[in-house]
Amino acid sequence: MTSTITPDTSAPVAISVEEQQFNDLIEADSRIEPRDWMPEGYRKSLVRQISQHAHSEIIGMQPESNWITRAPSLKRKAILMAKVQDEAGHGLYLYSAAQTLGATRDDMTDALIAGKARYSSIFNYPTPSWADMGSIGWLVDGAAICNQVPLCRASYGPYGRAMVRICKEESFHQRQGFEILLELMQGTEEQRQMAQDSVNRWYWPALMMFGPPDDDSPNSAQSMAWKIKRHSNDELRQRFVNMLVPQAAVLGVTLPDPDLHFNEETQQWDLGEIDWTEFHEVLAGRGPNNAQRLQRRRDAHDEGAWVREAAAAYAHKQSARTEEMAAK
Amino acid sequence: MSEIKADAPANDHEDAHGHVAVDVSTLDAELIEGPSQATADIAEYALWLGDDSLVLAQQLGAWISRAPELEEDVALGNVALDLIGHARSLLHYAGTATDRSEDDLAYWRTEPDFRSLHIVEQPNGDFAHTIARQFIVSHYLFELYSRLRASADATLAAIAAKAVKEVDYHRDHSTQWVLRLAQGTDESRHRMITALSDLWPYVEEIFRDDTLIDRLEGIAVRPSSLRPAFDAAIAPVLAEAELEIPRGFVASGGGRTGNHSEHLAFLLAEMQVLTRAHPGASW
Repeated sequence: MTSTITPDTSAPVAISVEEQQFNDLIEADSRIEPRDWMPEGYRKSLVRQISQHAHSEIIGMQPESNWITRAPSLKRKAILMAKVQDEAGHGLYLYSAAQTLGATRDDMTDALIAGKARYSSIFNYPTPSWADMGSIGWLVDGAAICNQVPLCRASYGPYGRAMVRICKEESFHQRQGFEILLELMQGTEEQRQMAQDSVNRWYWPALMMFGPPDDDSPNSAQSMAWKIKRHSNDELRQRFVNMLVPQAAVLGVTLPDPDLHFNEETQQWDLGEIDWTEFHEVLAGRGPNNAQRLQRRRDAHDEGAWVREAAAAYAHKQSARTEEMAAK
Repeated sequence: MSEIKADAPANDHEDAHGHVAVDVSTLDAELIEGPSQATADIAEYALWLGDDSLVLAQQLGAWISRAPELEEDVALGNVALDLIGHARSLLHYAGTATDRSEDDLAYWRTEPDFRSLHIVEQPNGDFAHTIARQFIVSHYLFELYSRLRASADATLAAIAAKAVKEVDYHRDHSTQWVLRLAQGTDESRHRMITALSDLWPYVEEIFRDDTLIDRLEGIAVRPSSLRPAFDAAIAPVLAEAELEIPRGFVASGGGRTGNHSEHLAFLLAEMQVLTRAHPGASW
């Protein structure tokens, strides 16, 4: 099946009418909708990507909710609450998009709390300082936007449409993060140090959010052929760094890469070596907060079980009552 | 809902952020530009109401990322955001009497200077306790703001007119949950009954009058005058839920004169810790 869409195939393979229609839609940059026929691999690949994205939004609430009760002004408290709440909303749209492909929310939730599903490793880093609210917005949400803006054109309709809404809100998130850092950099010496220290901690993990280098990214080629993904990991990472450099100058923070320099020939910012060992360690569950993040998710789920059961029992009783009334 | 504004639609992720001026969660224009300066008594009354909202918002904010389902992370977050909006407006107005900002009042007062009721200081507990607290407080606030809209003080009337619409939704949210928990499973019913009886001792303080109210005739709403409407509003919900009004303890209260529950000091310590570590800093 995959041979029909891998670009370098030469041998003609007999394919069904439905598959031809699917290929034509992809070719024409059209949207695939939930009722359309799609190859099983396409469906699986999307469920994997969308549910991982949803889990990332949900786990991603934790490092920031860590500061809601301690936000240093009421305005910041309100913005932070709104932001974390947006993330819950993003998780909800994305779970719904995955449900259109036949995944169930219960299964996805169970996979997450059992530690079987992946989410973005970035959220396994801790937020020891208020400035981390700035760095998460500026660097983490910034990287997420670079990754996600092209997904607004993803070939699967419900995913692309969910991403349009999400990207609008993420863009606000990035700005508020930038503004937190700007305020700190214009503040006291202690505040400036707080901001620089935080940028030092988040810069490299943010670059790793784009995933491994292109020659080491197993799922990328197929996703690009299917137009789920539009740009390579390295391409997006480069775009992000090019965007960050002038913003760092406005802030007055130093990006913690001594090898970062402008390449006159390519007109791009060349970056230093990324320590992929750290990436693989965090991915393998040996990051600073992996255990804590999952435990919190599981605790919230387990401690809330009686509430969800109550709601279900109530709904059941209500519908039984309605039926009873109708029968009379 | 709190108003969140960005300076531009901001879809362009390649923007270098040269002119960032995110104008978020701004207070309403009439509050910032209005000529009104609160008198000492009006400021004290604004602190009563503002502190209730602030303390309750602080408690609800702690639920976000811990709620029983994602929809409740969103819902409790919405309620908290509305309340923080009310608190900011009320504290801003209270501060006009003594030239202090909303943050001066929220972060730099100590416990005896807070004016919150004991009911909002009661801990989140399990979801049933949070819902019982919401049920009582949002029904009270709805009756309060409905009447405060007619206050002779234009600023209080404007704040109330906006708040009443939001509190109406909070009232509905908590009512829906009281019904579900009371009539869901045996466990949820047991928890709802326990929660209601744990919170009920703090109801009486809400409706207690004070000499301050005597001095603010036509401006403040007399707490005792709200009790009949409050009782009438919750009675049909409790009847449908087959819950009885708990009998037993009545807590002596004292929040309006700075005598607080043991919980408030911990809540303030957490809320104020960062700000107090950096006197004079802006955020």
